[in-house]
Amino acid sequence: MTGEKKKKIIKTIRIDVDKCHGCRACEMICSAFHAKPRYSSSNPARSRIRVIRDPLADIYVPVYAGEYTVAECAGRDKYTINGKEYSECAFCRASCPSRADFKEPDSGLPLKCDMCEGEDEPLCVKWCTVDALVVEEREEEVEEEIEQEELEVGLEELASKYGMNTIMDAISRLSKKD
Amino acid sequence: MRYAETGFNLEIDLTRGNIEKVATDPKDTELYLGGLGTNTKILWDRVPPETDAFSPENLLIFGTGLLCGTAATGCNRTIVSTISPQTKLMAFSMMGGYWAPELKYAGYDKVVLRGKSPDLVYIWINNDKVEIRDASHLKGKGAIETASLLQKELKEPKAQVAAIGLAGENRVFYASIEQGRSSASRGGIGAVMGDKNVKAIVVRGTQDINIADPEKFMDLCYEVNDYIKWRQENPIKGVIPILAILGSPQEMAIHDEQWHTENFSWGNARTRRKGFWTDEVSEEWLETMNKARTRLISCYNCPIACGATISLPGLPTYMMKCFTKLTYTMAAMSNLEFGLTIAQRATEYGVDGYSAPQVMAFALELLENGILSDTDFPDMPEDNEGRHFYLLDKIVRREGIGDVLANGTHWAAKEIGNGAEEYAHNNIKKQEQLPLKLSMLNPIYFLMYCTGEKINITQIEGQFPQAAFPKREQREKFVKDWFQVPDDKFKQYFLDWEPRGENSNPYYPTVDMTCDIVDWQEMMHYIDDALGMCAGLSSFHMKPPYHIHNFPQFITAGAGIEMNEEKLKQAAKRYRTLLRAFNINRGMRRKDEKPPEDHWKKRFPELEKELLDTYYVYKGWNEEGIPTRESLHELGLDYVAEDFISRGILTDEGKSS
Repeated sequence: MTGEKKKKIIKTIRIDVDKCHGCRACEMICSAFHAKPRYSSSNPARSRIRVIRDPLADIYVPVYAGEYTVAECAGRDKYTINGKEYSECAFCRASCPSRADFKEPDSGLPLKCDMCEGEDEPLCVKWCTVDALVVEEREEEVEEEIEQEELEVGLEELASKYGMNTIMDAISRLSKKD
Repeated sequence: MRYAETGFNLEIDLTRGNIEKVATDPKDTELYLGGLGTNTKILWDRVPPETDAFSPENLLIFGTGLLCGTAATGCNRTIVSTISPQTKLMAFSMMGGYWAPELKYAGYDKVVLRGKSPDLVYIWINNDKVEIRDASHLKGKGAIETASLLQKELKEPKAQVAAIGLAGENRVFYASIEQGRSSASRGGIGAVMGDKNVKAIVVRGTQDINIADPEKFMDLCYEVNDYIKWRQENPIKGVIPILAILGSPQEMAIHDEQWHTENFSWGNARTRRKGFWTDEVSEEWLETMNKARTRLISCYNCPIACGATISLPGLPTYMMKCFTKLTYTMAAMSNLEFGLTIAQRATEYGVDGYSAPQVMAFALELLENGILSDTDFPDMPEDNEGRHFYLLDKIVRREGIGDVLANGTHWAAKEIGNGAEEYAHNNIKKQEQLPLKLSMLNPIYFLMYCTGEKINITQIEGQFPQAAFPKREQREKFVKDWFQVPDDKFKQYFLDWEPRGENSNPYYPTVDMTCDIVDWQEMMHYIDDALGMCAGLSSFHMKPPYHIHNFPQFITAGAGIEMNEEKLKQAAKRYRTLLRAFNINRGMRRKDEKPPEDHWKKRFPELEKELLDTYYVYKGWNEEGIPTRESLHELGLDYVAEDFISRGILTDEGKSS
């Protein structure tokens, strides 16, 4: 299969931990924006961005909510950078059983950053007037082929786990549903 | 549903160990707003005037401002109210930081402590779960250290901690309550917390704060945020650096200290050092600050970053803000490095950065003048800096002469006698003031010093420029975009104010103008203190983002209380008057309302009398400073008038008896 080139917008939030003052306006406005009705309440515990703070150790790490995961990692990370020891999983985006962040406080349902779809820029960026959070957009050309390769790698994994026949059966059943 | 506020207070009886979540009356919010306003109402209702600061009957109230926890930028203040052991009047001291929003998110507007715990405890508020827990392992620990230990112990790095250090435990009359980057320092509220045997209050909250009219409220927030940005990019010309830009003020970021070091007095508020700020000093202090300051830091939901993390070699890290940067340095006639070093220990001990250095300078002056002797200071080091560390330790531990000094200069002087009272020369209502000694009487400041019941000038000044601008063109330029004024007459007052000549201090601004100006300044602070707004974005500054025209809209959209300018002014006047009434019941009278004798060289007794007489009438108070029956009635405070009459403070005719 020849790779068809497609354009894709990639949004990146550049996080400069040296510029963060630790005010948590990002957490506050994120929770307000995602409240229903919009802006009807604020509650940082519902925020999809959390500032991992340890003021006495001079640690300020804004982290965004990423994928939900059912199980926690087999091991945990603890980074020391420039002599500063960061808390366990400090840089991880996962909504994971190992921590309370990125979950609705009442229901425990996972939260995930949606870059404030529909707004000019994510609200956390808008409220971060010290530019610790800055959004960047770039266009990238991606080849379909790459996705194809990824698919095949995935299927091979599944086949080695369940056996090729099981996978084939599953695919034929799925295709009949459509 | 309640908006902006939670509608619940947490009532804790420490004697019995009883904890209750009590619904509050929405009517009270309408009349007294929140924070300072409703704190004052609770004190009036429940703490009789005979109550001593260290009586179990005294309440210690941690009140959040009405708009704390909402999106309103810079609204994060905790207002702590109680009886002050030092002034014997109502202490209201405040702190920024993160504690107030966290308490709101936990579901409470206030924590009201009463009684006295038999043993040292801390209080753990985790949403609906509230516990009184043993704190014997924290006895004697530093305030900052305590916060870290509790966050670890509870495995809650996101919990916010308000704690006392050794000074609070030992009931030093100027002990503070520390909260990481912020502290509530004035009036000895930390001593009351220590007397109640509460080492810390730890809070964690994960609940919503609701907004009545979200769309309108956000529009207001964005207007304010845009204005803040513009205001920081366009500093006010012709004023000192900390007044040119917003902040509480920006002492950690701004390096130029010529104004403070040359205009404020050093030592025991004695010596002006003209020409102190040389290039060498400037360079040395810049180096010190750059070495010590790790990062500028903000309070909750505020971009201004008035605080800083300070790390000195070999010492634990602490956080600092505002004028404590200079108070130790100047009282000890030393340098910035010493000031930052001793402030680390003072912050862990938890003492007020205004009073503590002045008490130490006072003690050394008494020694120098033979009123105290070497035997009062056994084993005191020879060197200047060492002596101050020694004194700080003695005071906080209440050892020897430290036990006397721990009560502040007023009470210490009384106890020492032998002429010591002459040296406690910089107090108002028994409390140490900023070390300012000036020449010409300023009528605006005269009234503020006399009648300000925060007893702290920075907590009542602001809005109106501190001095006349030299040229008319400069003044015209200043008033052009001065939309914050409640009335255009203020622009005229300022336009006609000259540094010299007929229209200058002390007879200009005229008595009537002075009353208008002082009343406006005070009102804006009182509104801030009820809403939880930081004065650094509001009342302390000229041309601030928050003012009398947008506050009513914030309250309407945020709290769902129909508010307009008149109603807001009336509410502020109501709790301001109630606060005065509370102090009147505790014996405060006209005789107490005066600046330090030596504050100005040039005094004008007749003018001063006229100023005070006229302002009392303006405020609806009689010649003793007591709110009259009519003014109380107008404010819906008939219950105060009845109380005054029953105590013989007012007669039926409304006169003082």
